[in-house]
Amino acid sequence: MKGRLLEEKIVKMLMRATTLIIISSLFFIFIAIVRRGLPAMNWDMITKIPGGGFYIGKEGGILNAIVGSFMIVLGSTALGLLIAIPIVIFINLYLPKKSLLSDFTRLSFDVLFGIPSIVYGAFGFTIMVFLGMKTSLLGGTLAVTFLITPILVRSMDEVARMVPRELYDATFSLGATRLETVKVVLRQIAPGITTAILLSVGRAIGDAASVLFTAGYTDSIPTSLGQPAATLPLAIFFQLSSPIQEVQNRAYSAAFILTMIVLILSLAARYYSRKLSKHKI
Amino acid sequence: MPIFNRQKVRVIKDKLARNAMFTITILSLLVALLIGVGLYLKAAPILHEKSLWHLLTTTSWKPFKGDFGFYPFIMGTLWVTGIAIVIALPLSLLTSIYLSEYAMPQVRKMVEPILDILAGIPPVVYGVWGALAVVPFISNHIAPHFIEYSTGYSVLAGGIVLAVMIIPLLISLFGEIFRAIPKELRDASLSLGATDWQTIKFVILRKSVPGIVAAIVLAISRAFGETIAVLMVCGNIPIAPKSIFDSGYPLPALIANNYGEMMSMPNYESALMLAALILFVIILLFNAASRVVLIRIERRFSL
Repeated sequence: MKGRLLEEKIVKMLMRATTLIIISSLFFIFIAIVRRGLPAMNWDMITKIPGGGFYIGKEGGILNAIVGSFMIVLGSTALGLLIAIPIVIFINLYLPKKSLLSDFTRLSFDVLFGIPSIVYGAFGFTIMVFLGMKTSLLGGTLAVTFLITPILVRSMDEVARMVPRELYDATFSLGATRLETVKVVLRQIAPGITTAILLSVGRAIGDAASVLFTAGYTDSIPTSLGQPAATLPLAIFFQLSSPIQEVQNRAYSAAFILTMIVLILSLAARYYSRKLSKHKI
Repeated sequence: MPIFNRQKVRVIKDKLARNAMFTITILSLLVALLIGVGLYLKAAPILHEKSLWHLLTTTSWKPFKGDFGFYPFIMGTLWVTGIAIVIALPLSLLTSIYLSEYAMPQVRKMVEPILDILAGIPPVVYGVWGALAVVPFISNHIAPHFIEYSTGYSVLAGGIVLAVMIIPLLISLFGEIFRAIPKELRDASLSLGATDWQTIKFVILRKSVPGIVAAIVLAISRAFGETIAVLMVCGNIPIAPKSIFDSGYPLPALIANNYGEMMSMPNYESALMLAALILFVIILLFNAASRVVLIRIERRFSL
């Protein structure tokens, strides 16, 4: 009798300990990034593009990478939404509740979600070679679109599935076609769309492996889709592999910038998913 | 009559939209196939010259001589993934049991955002953390107890970083699995006088074995494909690791590291695309299998 109560206590303590370890790992990561990244931060980092001799530690910043990342993220999110929203609407509104096609679509996007970004990068690169394209803003945007579309579909679908079918029936009975009901559906899944966007932007902005082959790297800000574009994760990656301390410090502060962006996105996703739920039935 | 026409237009619009959406959905389903075919066509030249078995089991990686032995990279991937699972599994299993069975709602509300943030941290930042904290820690504090010297850039470092990366995924999957188990089962066990832990051990865990296995397979496939973070801490020496303090060179890191120089050598690109194809096929199969299991579990209990 005593044995099992003792076991209960030990296990409970173990569980508390593991939970604490996992929570503290986040703080360890933050502390490491902030401690090395913050001292190396300055305005030049986010307002200037690399100057002459930047990679031997002279002046400049990583504005090129910040702008490049945002361009790729904006483009791929817009493209991703254009693909994802029709799919989500089709499988939830146009297909019957129990349908083989919708089950299969959900399963395939679950699977596509698990495909690593390096594979999307390699695949994007093969397509670009096939089409005769060079590493460019467009190439990077397309590869990232492949990467985030499954995230968009999955997270929007999770919300769309919860919309009661009776709501559709109500609009149909008022004489609306399914296309007209889309407005109602979109209003219902608005919080889902917002969180999906924030989630996918967070993933897209931090992913290095997909843009490594496809977007290339450059010191200037791209002015057209055909030019290569620098990205934040690659700016961190390349500068960290430099033997010069100054340049490495910049990698830490770039990591700090990226972490802050992702943190803000993650908190915003939480906030909006609550706030926008007010129209939901 | 005009009213009738307007009706017709609405219906036609609806039909057009339906067909457009149907097309997009079907095309998107073909993406996986397209990736597989595309990578296979690129990998075909090297597969024509040497058998897949030969490529997977030989150890010599000398692109200049035309030797492409994948064995060290496969072993690198397996070591890193194995270590990550060994570390992450007990931590996340215990934590998710705690969160779903013991913790107060307030605790859960505090821990969940932290896990979300942890899941959202970009791989490259994990890599920076690994290089800043994990690698020196291994070199200075762990390795000296076991061996003469290690730089810290090792499969252990890769495993630790990967473990932290897959923990949020594992916890959220485990949580879903435990939540799917009906409350009645717990009540029955508790009313027979079992303690909470006995209930968990004999009822909940036993019931969730298929789900837990599926979740682990999913986490393994995530770990297989992780590139940048692992690349930054593993040391990248193309020799199969023999201990956790040896450097390793996982497959994704191989692909990422050699881009650029691969264009000039015959078969080099083909070999790297074969690496991508191997990753793709394994992860596709693992993912599909575990998702099917997880969907079944969700259905069985939600009805």
